Amino acid sequence: MKKEAEALKTQIEAARKAACDTDMASAASGVAPAPRVQLKTRRTLKGHLAKIYAMHWSTDNKLMVSASQDGKLLIWDSHSGNKVNAVPLKSSWVMTCAYAPSGNLVASGGLDNMCTVYNLKTPVIKTVKELDAHTGYLSCARFLSDTEILTSSGDTTCALWDLETGKQKTVFLNHVGDCMCLALSPDMNSFVSGACDSLAKLWDIRDGQCKQTFQGHTSDINAISFYPSGNAIITGSDDCTCKMYDLRADQEVIGYQDAALNSGVTSLALSVSGRLVFAGYDDFNCNIWDSLKGEKVGVLSGHDNRVSCTGVPVDGMCVCTGSWDSFLKIWN
Amino acid sequence: MSNNNASSSSVAVAQKAVKQLRIEAKMRRINVSQAATDLKNFCLQNAHKDPLLVGVPSSDNPFRPPKSCGLL
Repeated sequence: MKKEAEALKTQIEAARKAACDTDMASAASGVAPAPRVQLKTRRTLKGHLAKIYAMHWSTDNKLMVSASQDGKLLIWDSHSGNKVNAVPLKSSWVMTCAYAPSGNLVASGGLDNMCTVYNLKTPVIKTVKELDAHTGYLSCARFLSDTEILTSSGDTTCALWDLETGKQKTVFLNHVGDCMCLALSPDMNSFVSGACDSLAKLWDIRDGQCKQTFQGHTSDINAISFYPSGNAIITGSDDCTCKMYDLRADQEVIGYQDAALNSGVTSLALSVSGRLVFAGYDDFNCNIWDSLKGEKVGVLSGHDNRVSCTGVPVDGMCVCTGSWDSFLKIWN
Repeated sequence: MSNNNASSSSVAVAQKAVKQLRIEAKMRRINVSQAATDLKNFCLQNAHKDPLLVGVPSSDNPFRPPKSCGLL
């Protein structure tokens, strides 16, 4: 069976090589370079008392949720800079937060191995479900709707949960390292996960199958995102690089790296056309990459500690960075 | 007894790996040139709608109040 496995791997590599008739940078050589991107800090959101680990925009482009190891979720009105809500967490070891597309619910999770879902619309914010089945930390959560949520865990699995029953509908098994991040496809039929096994995997949400595996990184993949067309994904890793993998070509088409950069990538977000990649690094900066040409076109400097999370709202009007320095900054 | 369990579980792991590789091997791949062209075209067609790329005039920027002149 080992022989069959080796033969299949060789077959897959050969098929990828055969399809590899160029790379993204060459294909984009005729494209005008992206303009030098100089964004200014428009808001600095102060309120957390400890490291910020995660943030997520609401689909209304105004509200956002952030999670800190001070044991709170804060809901912010990004336009005014005011805090709209504070949700005290049972466990302060939070690693992720998510805003439901409806705006009704938020979720958090972390070293408690659970995903807790809160209703923001009741007179007093209530815990509506504690999703308890993972045997490892919760690294990421994303709502599909008010009734379904996807989670990734340090137990190497991802799961789709039914929020009415509080039970796992589907468990996605294939990674051999802690799952660190996940991203939903624009059409919501699939998602991708990145893990400490340095692989990214594409999954069919409904049948639970791993459809494709993307290799190339040499360390943990901490961040992952879909390209807005839905045909490619971008990953960020502890190996200090980001990569774009095309789903239909089933391989890496361009890498984003610089010999001078020797800090891991913690987070990433794309502008609405996909042209700009905002990648947060351990060296306190967020670098801006031209996704087509692989060149660095700007940097967001201003944090005094690691940039742990980044996010661009649906309307693409700004980018938010969150940091271990306890602040969130909004730039455009 | 424990040896049997260990070897049967590693066989199961190997079987699972082979099953997964078979699924992935079957995939029909397009050329990178085609894929890259499509990605490039998507970017270029949507560039004008990308506020972070083209810039946001302060009148439309919800994060930046428009400058108003004070009367002397």
